[in-house]
Amino acid sequence: MEHIRMPKVENVRLVDRSSSRRIQVGTLYLTATHIIFVGKGSEDRNELWVLHSLVCNVVKHKSSQSGYPLLIHCKNFQVIQFIIPQESDCHNVYISLSRLSRPEKYEELYCFSFNPNVDKAEREHSWDFLNLKAEYSRMGLPNKLWHVTPINREYRVCDTYPADLFVPKSVTLPVIVGSSKFRSRGRFPTLSYYCKENHATICRSSQPLSGFSARCLEDEQMLQAIMKSNPGSRFMYVVDTRPKLNAMANRAAGKGYENEDNYCNIKFQFIGIENIHVMRNSQQKLIEVSALRSPSMGEFLLGLENSDWLRHIKSTMEAGIFISKAVAEEGVSVLVHCSDGWDRTAQVCSVASVLLDPYYRTIKGLMVLIEKDWVSFGHKFSHRCGHLDGEPKEVSPVIDQFLECVWQLMEQFPCAFEYNEKFLISIHNHVYSCHYGNFICNSQKERKDLCIKEKSHSIWPHLWESKLDFMNPLFKPDQSQNQGLLRPSTAPYCFKYWRRLYNRFDRELHPRQSELDCLMTIKEETQQLEEELALYEQKLAVLDKERAKTLYMQKGVLDSKQALWSLPLDTSLANTPQDYIGGFIGGAPNVFTLQQGERESAELSLFGDKPKSSDADSSDQESGVADFSSHSSGEESLPTVYALSVTALFEER
Amino acid sequence: MELWGDGDAGEAEHPPAAPPDGEVSAVLVLEQAQVRDELLEAGSCHLRIVSAASPHRERASAGLFPETPDAADWMSQLNRETRSLTHLGCHLVLDSTPRDWRLLSDVMLWSEHAARLNPFTQLKKLSTFVRVTASPWMEVAIKVAILIQICLKSVAKSNTKEWKRGSGGVRFLVPLNIMEFAELIKTPRVDGVDNTEELWLLHANIDSTEKRFVGSLGTIIVKCKDLRVIQLDIPGMEECLNIASSIEALSTLDSVSLMYPFFYRPLFEVIEDGWQLFVPGEAFKDLESMTDEWRLSEVNKDFSVCPSYPSLLTVPKDIDDESLCKAASFRHGGRFPVLSYYHKKNGMVMMRAAQPLTGTNGRRCKEDEKLINATLCAGKRGYIIDTRTIAVAQQAKARGGGFEQEANYPQWRRIHKAIERSNILQESLIKLVEACNDQSHSMDRWLSKLEASNWQSHVKEILTTACLAAQCIDREGASVLVHGTEGTDSTLQVTSLAQIILDPACRTIRGFEALIEREWLQAGHPFQQRCAQSAYSNGKPRSEAPVFLLFLDCVWQILRQFPCSFQFNENFLIMLFEHAYASQFGTFLGNSVTERVKLQLSQKTVSLWSWVNRPQELERFLNPLYEPNNLVIWPSVAPQSLLLWEGVFLRWNRSTKCLDEAYQEMVHIIEYNKELQNKVNSLRRQLAQLETEDSPLQTP
Repeated sequence: MEHIRMPKVENVRLVDRSSSRRIQVGTLYLTATHIIFVGKGSEDRNELWVLHSLVCNVVKHKSSQSGYPLLIHCKNFQVIQFIIPQESDCHNVYISLSRLSRPEKYEELYCFSFNPNVDKAEREHSWDFLNLKAEYSRMGLPNKLWHVTPINREYRVCDTYPADLFVPKSVTLPVIVGSSKFRSRGRFPTLSYYCKENHATICRSSQPLSGFSARCLEDEQMLQAIMKSNPGSRFMYVVDTRPKLNAMANRAAGKGYENEDNYCNIKFQFIGIENIHVMRNSQQKLIEVSALRSPSMGEFLLGLENSDWLRHIKSTMEAGIFISKAVAEEGVSVLVHCSDGWDRTAQVCSVASVLLDPYYRTIKGLMVLIEKDWVSFGHKFSHRCGHLDGEPKEVSPVIDQFLECVWQLMEQFPCAFEYNEKFLISIHNHVYSCHYGNFICNSQKERKDLCIKEKSHSIWPHLWESKLDFMNPLFKPDQSQNQGLLRPSTAPYCFKYWRRLYNRFDRELHPRQSELDCLMTIKEETQQLEEELALYEQKLAVLDKERAKTLYMQKGVLDSKQALWSLPLDTSLANTPQDYIGGFIGGAPNVFTLQQGERESAELSLFGDKPKSSDADSSDQESGVADFSSHSSGEESLPTVYALSVTALFEER
Repeated sequence: MELWGDGDAGEAEHPPAAPPDGEVSAVLVLEQAQVRDELLEAGSCHLRIVSAASPHRERASAGLFPETPDAADWMSQLNRETRSLTHLGCHLVLDSTPRDWRLLSDVMLWSEHAARLNPFTQLKKLSTFVRVTASPWMEVAIKVAILIQICLKSVAKSNTKEWKRGSGGVRFLVPLNIMEFAELIKTPRVDGVDNTEELWLLHANIDSTEKRFVGSLGTIIVKCKDLRVIQLDIPGMEECLNIASSIEALSTLDSVSLMYPFFYRPLFEVIEDGWQLFVPGEAFKDLESMTDEWRLSEVNKDFSVCPSYPSLLTVPKDIDDESLCKAASFRHGGRFPVLSYYHKKNGMVMMRAAQPLTGTNGRRCKEDEKLINATLCAGKRGYIIDTRTIAVAQQAKARGGGFEQEANYPQWRRIHKAIERSNILQESLIKLVEACNDQSHSMDRWLSKLEASNWQSHVKEILTTACLAAQCIDREGASVLVHGTEGTDSTLQVTSLAQIILDPACRTIRGFEALIEREWLQAGHPFQQRCAQSAYSNGKPRSEAPVFLLFLDCVWQILRQFPCSFQFNENFLIMLFEHAYASQFGTFLGNSVTERVKLQLSQKTVSLWSWVNRPQELERFLNPLYEPNNLVIWPSVAPQSLLLWEGVFLRWNRSTKCLDEAYQEMVHIIEYNKELQNKVNSLRRQLAQLETEDSPLQTP
């Protein structure tokens, strides 16, 4: 690759962010797709792999006595600090990475070179894993009121919409065309969700080009038709997710919002979700807070508040709640739009869908929802996620906010979701990683033009394979309160900081034992026991010599499983005591600070697809403390590692 | 009235039927008062609100009825024996057992006989009595007992605007007795209209009350130490005033000996007396098996050396009692350094004390130096963790206190941390609870108020200091001495948390009880003073401080981070919080062992542990995920890792339906697994048996 100035640098130090004293020395490799760091561990081989497409920015810091620090911020919130001995090496790595992490063409993205060991048929098959047609028919469409319009088959009416769109049967093609001309980017009102039980729908569009007084008969007919397609109701809501001020400002540019007087039987409502720029800045602040090194409680809480992030999450959630209640409780259809109808509209429609329909709380359902409301309806993933080097003002964490809303709901309804937060985090990772083709480009049309399906792989089957990792052991689909509409509380204290996402790579911040992992293991064992039981019952029923023999063999298997469930998976993470004396000013004569041992090995985590091996690698490097491995008889020992040593304490003075 | 039947034995054997639909059930406000020419002796008791739909809840079983089955006998006994009367007042409780039902109807007979008036008239009389007794020159003794029993039948209301308080609330319409009506608005979360519940409140649990009047409608807002807020709407100003003054009088009893635990008799059989469970001698036997460096000293046998220490203390073997006395005179409150924890793994120890009385001219005490040096191995050094900042410690010199000068303690290194003092903690609690009860739905206010309360900072600071102490012992192989100013607050937080981190035994239920007994009760944490008021107190705090609550919060934080390493669950910690502030048990009464001995608590009251350790009760507190973990557990103290303890602070504000469901599901998953294991094992045995029967056929 022409951009790699420096394929390999020796004696690079990788600094653990939780404690600058924990450093690992190794070799840094730059490949066409990854940054790879291989630690010179004594027995363990530590590797750190980072995809170039996940690199957000690279910063050179002032040189220190040990070398030239290079800080890499990733889009999945990992922060990596290398110290490179030679300035020229550091500069070369910096230049190379700066270029590699900002591809100029889609063709440079990793998904086009990613080539897992699957044949062509299998790859094509992977794209058929989700089928939106099936999803609409699950909703009960088409039916006598709604049908697919062929009008956008060639993407001529609206190039950011999918080819297949549901509209009321009663609207004619000229009405659709007329309406689309009256809407920003031609995004005319079309169906997003249909509620089988009461025929209410969630429809979406972009803002009308109403200016201060413009009207469009076809658009009015369109809304009328949507309203009438819900026979049970006498009116419909039109929800503008923008703050009123923003919408009014748009009027000056010939855009704007619906005038209640011009449309029959609509109730118009502003929701007040801020625009992508506000959200981008808010998340930036949040990331800064999350990356603070040993902040005080006050710094953290105030930083969290000043970022306004949770306030934005709350307003998105409230919009979703408004719509879901309108549909489920009032049986009233809702038309949602913002400016272009691909950011806030996507968020709000999908949050409402999760609240409304238990299907979207299953693993497959969430995949379908993202594929439908985000991918197919033209959420501009490549712009918003900064896949290519481009306008930084187009970048915004819109999908992050949707995933976080789902996470906040999972916190409130622990039994209502089939998936766990690892699933959300995996999706988040892959939205940015460009590892798979799903989230490349900004619309269905672009993806078709780029032949994404022919040239890359789909993420969904890959995630489906790891389904077991993403299961929530507490999921109870049959419980009545988990069916139908979820009614979350929006009290401020219900919105929490998502540590697992924003501090994903700061292992020492997370609980050392995980209830859910533990329960999952128990559930798996229960399943084995059930099989075992069935087998034994069968054997007892049909007793003969042959069976007695197999029984003999079965015995051993069971014994080995006895202690299985007690193994808390997360404890394999290194448990690193923190710098408990941190921030202490050692000025007074009689006072001294504890210092940690210089030579501590750092833990590394491999990028996404190989996390398990890295966990295993790093589980117990440090502890040479014999006593710690001693454990009650027969139990799985908790490989807790405490890298704290205060040896420098007395030497200090 | 109809709720209780009419005294007919046959009918009374059954629990009352729920009132017919659409009709609100009757309510009784009942109280007994009797003047006796003895010293003032008022009994505290429950304020009880019970719903018709579920009159029998677990707490109902806490009542006591005298064994005498005969109503007449009992009544005369009541007249003779003041305490029995109080029992009656305290425990006029609906219980499901037939015996109690009979007694209850007896009670009814008696109360009608005694009152011959409608309850409100009598209530008025009661409040007069309370006022009378407040005057010092009247030598009247009063036996006060109130039981407000309101049968609730929820009335379906969907109009949220009518709710008096915030989000959750259901309006209950309850006619009082025959002609009276009362409206009760319950603030705790209620999800459905069918939700009726029974509520018991110890008067001691009431932190403050407020009265409000709109026209003839009176409102009493009862704010409890467990942070619950209850609003009672009572039509009729006079009634309202009467009830309010009764509640106020009963909830602010000055004398410890009038506290409810002295009148409480358990309905359950005490199998294992909690007062005998954790005696210092037993703990010392364990220590003896590990090391012979220590001895039990009786120097404080009569509590004269240190009034806040227990009579038996573990001290270095080589230090005689005389030196101990001298060291005691050099430490604040006589709290000379004693053993707190022995780390089996490396033989290092943690000691605690109060600040040394160095004063401004740097007084020293050879015996004190010798005492703590005796805990060091040859050539080893130790750490003194002073829970105050260096500045605060310097200031203490002016008041005769101070810290160990390094010149005099060359083998020790001092570390200063910054755990706040009591009044700051109390303020912090008040602010935090205010923030949690804030009904405005603004995100900004919530986070800044949470931050401004500083509560989480205190949690972080305390945990950090405890981790540091644990780290010095376990990682550095050094002994540690912990002290602050008095050695009864932050010192105990640090030593007890460090033990939870280091010692797996402290993470079991018994071990944790022993820890509380050892490091808090025996060690002289002044529970009585600290827990006199909680977050709703209006007055100036005297010596109230949520020191123990902060400790529990820290334990909860560790529990959250190691959910499989504790034998108990969150409910256990919440229960301890409740009982520290208001309890029917005597465990947390008094400020020190000295006081407890004087009050004869072990003879006159029931120990909390006697109740908690019953298998029926323990079940609620067991952590289904518990798997013994023999390792030291190092918690994260980063702000991202420390959460608000919602189970306490948002307990009455949030719906826990979904969380409860999740907990149930967790229990179910684990139980089902165990059940299957048993089944599989038994089948396996069965098969193995058949197999051996088969084998003779096979071998030939």
